[in-house]
Amino acid sequence: MTNKKLILTVDDSATIRELLLSELSCLGYRVTQAEDGIDGLEMLSVEQPDLIITDITMPRMDGIRFIQNVRGDERYKATPILVLTTESDPDIKDRAKRAGATGWIVKPFDPQKLAEAIRKVTA
Amino acid sequence: MSGSATLPPDVLAGIKLGFFEECEELLSELEAGLLALKRGETDPEIINKVFRAAHSIKGGGASFGLAPMVDFAHQMESVLAAIRSNQLALDAQLLGLLLRAADVLADHVRAARDEGRVESASAREIEGALIALVAGDCPAGEVSNHEPAEGKPTAAVWSDSETPSPATAQERIWVIRFRPHASLYASANEPLFLLRELQYLGEVRATVDDSELPSIDDLVPEDAYLLWAISLTSTADAQEIRRVFEFVEADCDLEIVTDQEGAATPVADRNHPTAGSAAVSKQPDSPRPSISSSGIAAGRSTPRLSETIRVDVERVDRLINLASELVINHTILAQRLAGIGSAGTSETELPLDELHQLTRELQNGVMAIRAQPLKVVFQRLSRLVREVEAVTGKQVNLVVEGESTEVDRTVIERLIDPMTHMVRNAIDHGIETPEERLASGKTAQGTLRISATHRAGRIIIEITDDGCGINRARVHAAAWSRGLISGDAVLSEHEIDELIFLPGFSTAKAVSELSGRGVGMDVVKSGVQALGGRISVASYPGKGTTFVLSLPLTLAVMEGMLISVCGRSLIVPLSTLLETIHPKLDAIRSLGAHARLLSIRGEHVPLIDLGHALGYLTEPAQVKGVILLVEDDAGRRAALLVDDVLGQQQVVIKSIQANYRMVEGIAAATILGDGRVALILDVNSILLSHGRWSAPVEQRLAAG
Repeated sequence: MTNKKLILTVDDSATIRELLLSELSCLGYRVTQAEDGIDGLEMLSVEQPDLIITDITMPRMDGIRFIQNVRGDERYKATPILVLTTESDPDIKDRAKRAGATGWIVKPFDPQKLAEAIRKVTA
Repeated sequence: MSGSATLPPDVLAGIKLGFFEECEELLSELEAGLLALKRGETDPEIINKVFRAAHSIKGGGASFGLAPMVDFAHQMESVLAAIRSNQLALDAQLLGLLLRAADVLADHVRAARDEGRVESASAREIEGALIALVAGDCPAGEVSNHEPAEGKPTAAVWSDSETPSPATAQERIWVIRFRPHASLYASANEPLFLLRELQYLGEVRATVDDSELPSIDDLVPEDAYLLWAISLTSTADAQEIRRVFEFVEADCDLEIVTDQEGAATPVADRNHPTAGSAAVSKQPDSPRPSISSSGIAAGRSTPRLSETIRVDVERVDRLINLASELVINHTILAQRLAGIGSAGTSETELPLDELHQLTRELQNGVMAIRAQPLKVVFQRLSRLVREVEAVTGKQVNLVVEGESTEVDRTVIERLIDPMTHMVRNAIDHGIETPEERLASGKTAQGTLRISATHRAGRIIIEITDDGCGINRARVHAAAWSRGLISGDAVLSEHEIDELIFLPGFSTAKAVSELSGRGVGMDVVKSGVQALGGRISVASYPGKGTTFVLSLPLTLAVMEGMLISVCGRSLIVPLSTLLETIHPKLDAIRSLGAHARLLSIRGEHVPLIDLGHALGYLTEPAQVKGVILLVEDDAGRRAALLVDDVLGQQQVVIKSIQANYRMVEGIAAATILGDGRVALILDVNSILLSHGRWSAPVEQRLAAG
C-alpha cells in the first residue's frame, strides 16, 4: 500500500484534468478524477481523498453546489477544497469561500503555484 | 524559491495535443448550441453549454500560453456571459455574429495548433464587434470585470512567474499577529499549515497565545480561541507575506509589521518557543518526492472517463489489417482442410464455421471503430454556408438530416472536398438572391437540404436546393460551344443535366469568387468515383436541383466476384455486376474486325474479351466461358467475356498505388484464400478504354 496522499480533481475539461494529473503525479500525489459535481460526489462515495481540487463552471452540477454538498457530508467537514478559477471576479472566490472552499488556484497555474496552494491547506 | 516540478516536454506536448482534440469537441458543442438557439430552442441549458465551451477553450488555452486564441475566446465568453445574465438580448443578428465568431475561434484553435496566426481582416472585425457589444452594453465600471486581470495570458506559463526578489533586498524581521476566526476552521484551513508555509520565506519563530482558551466544559469545538505571534526573518515584503494568508484573509485578524514599526507590539519570546511553535520550527519536508507514474492514478476507478477513449488511428488500422489477415488465414485453412479431405466432417466443420463467424464479427467490430459520423463533414458545411452567404448576399437555411450516419473515416476525409464544392455551387449557381426569389414568389431565404441515409450497404447523400434549377438551354449551348457535344445532338433533359459533369464544362458567365476556382463538377465526379461512389443529378426548372451521391461504407473491404481469365484470378466488384450469362453464339454480332455486340433482351451492349482487354491475349478469343453483364458508375453497360466465374467473396482491398502506380484497368489488389494475389478490376476504365492496352496488366504494373 502506498502512503501517498490522494487528490480528487473535478473539472469538465479533459485538458485541465490531464494537466493536473501530470503535475500532481510529479508532486508525488495520487490522483482520482471526476468530470463534474455529480461525478465528483460519486467518486467521494468510493474514495476518501485528502484534498479536493474543483473547477467552478461545470455542467450538471457546478463547483459551488458541489462544495456545498461536500461540506454537508460529515466525513468531509475537514477535507481541504481548492477551487480552480480563471475568473478575475473576486465574487467567485467569495462565493466559493462561503460555500466552504479552503482556498483557490488561479488558472493558468504553474507547478509552483499549484504546489504552494496545496501546501497551504494540507498536512 | 523552491524548484518547480516541470513536466517533461513530451508529456506536455501530449497533453497539448489532447487539448486541441478536446477543443474540436468543444467547438462542435459551441456551434451545435448556437445552431439550436438559431432554430429557436429556448432551453437555458443551451446558452450555459455554449458558455462553458468557450470558457473551457479559454481556460485550457491559457494553460499553454496561447494568447491570441485565449483573448478571442475571452471576448466571446464576455458576450455570452452578458447574454446569460440578460444584459444582452439574443437576437438573430447577435446569433449570426456569434456563429461567425465560433468560426473564427475555430480558426484560432487550428492556428494555435499549427503554430500559426489568424490574420484575416474579418477575424479582427468580428473580435472588434464582440468587444464593442460588451463595452457598449455594460456600465463603464463593469467592463473592467471582463478584462482577464490575472489572465491576460502571456507567453510561457511554465516558466516561473515570480520575479525573484532583488538581490539587494534587505533581510528584515517581521512581526506577524495572526488570530483566526471560527470561519477559518470551517473552511478546512489550518493555522499550522500557514505557519509552515511562512518558512518558505525565511526563519520563523512562533508562539501561541492560549490565554483565551476556556475550560474544557465551556469549550465549543467549532470556535476559535488561539492566536499566534510570529517573528519572521526574511527578505520578503509585506505583500508576499500577506499572500501566504490569502485564502484566509477574511477569516482572521492579521497584522504584519516590521520589527521597528511594531516596537509597541510585544514580540514573542524567541528563546522559549511554546508547543505551538515546535510544530512549525523544524525544516519543511521535501515538498516534492520524485516523479511517480501517472499511470497508477489514471487507472483508478473513474466511472465516466471510460465511456470514450482516444486511440491513434494507426493502431486501429493495424487491427484492421490483422483482422483482414485473419479472414484470409481462415479461408486458407478451410481450403487446406478441403484439400486433405477432412472438410465436411463433423470434427472440423463446426469449429471452422464458428471460426468463420467469429472472424467476420471481429472484422466488422474493428471496422466499426474506424467509422465516424458524417457530422464531421456536415459541420464544416454549415460554416461554409455562412461564409458563402456573407460573400453572395444570399440567404440560406441549411437543413441537415442523418448527420449521425456513420462511414469509414477514409470516406469521410475524401468526401470533404467534393461536398464543399457542391454546397458552394448550390448557393452560388442554384439559390437566387433574395430579390429574385421574392420576385418569383418564393421566400427570401433559400433552403439547402443535406441528408444522409444507409441504403443497401451503401451510404446515400442528397444535396437539394430550392433554387432556380439547371438552365438547360445554357448548359446545352455551353457544351456545344466547347465542342463537348455535336450541334445536332438530341439529348433528353436528364442527359443535358448530366453534361455538367463533363471535363472542361463551366457555365459561369464570369469566374466567380466562389465556385470558379478551376474546379468543375467533373472533378467532383472523379473525386466521388475514386471513392467507389456514384453521383447523379436531377433538376426541376424554377424549383431546384438535387444531387445524389452513393458511396461505399468503407474502402477497406468489398464484396467481389472471383473470376478467372487466361489462368489468372481476378476480382470484379460486385457493385458493378448486373448478371452472369452463358453466351449463345446467335446473340453475338460482329462489327468490323474486333468489335462485337451482345444482344440481350433487345438491347445491344459491347462485348469485351477481358483477356484481350487486359493484354493477356493479342487477339480476342472465340466466345466461350461465361459473360458478365456489368455497369459502371456512369450507367454504361458492357458484357465481359471471361473463362470462368469461381464465386463470390468478401475481399480485403490492398492499394496498388502505394507499392506500384496507378494502372488503368486495375483498381486495387487483394490476397486470395490460397495466398495468391488477385487484381481487382476497375470496370469504369475497362469500359472506357478497352482494347487500348497491348501489354498484360502485370507487365504494366512492373513497368512502374
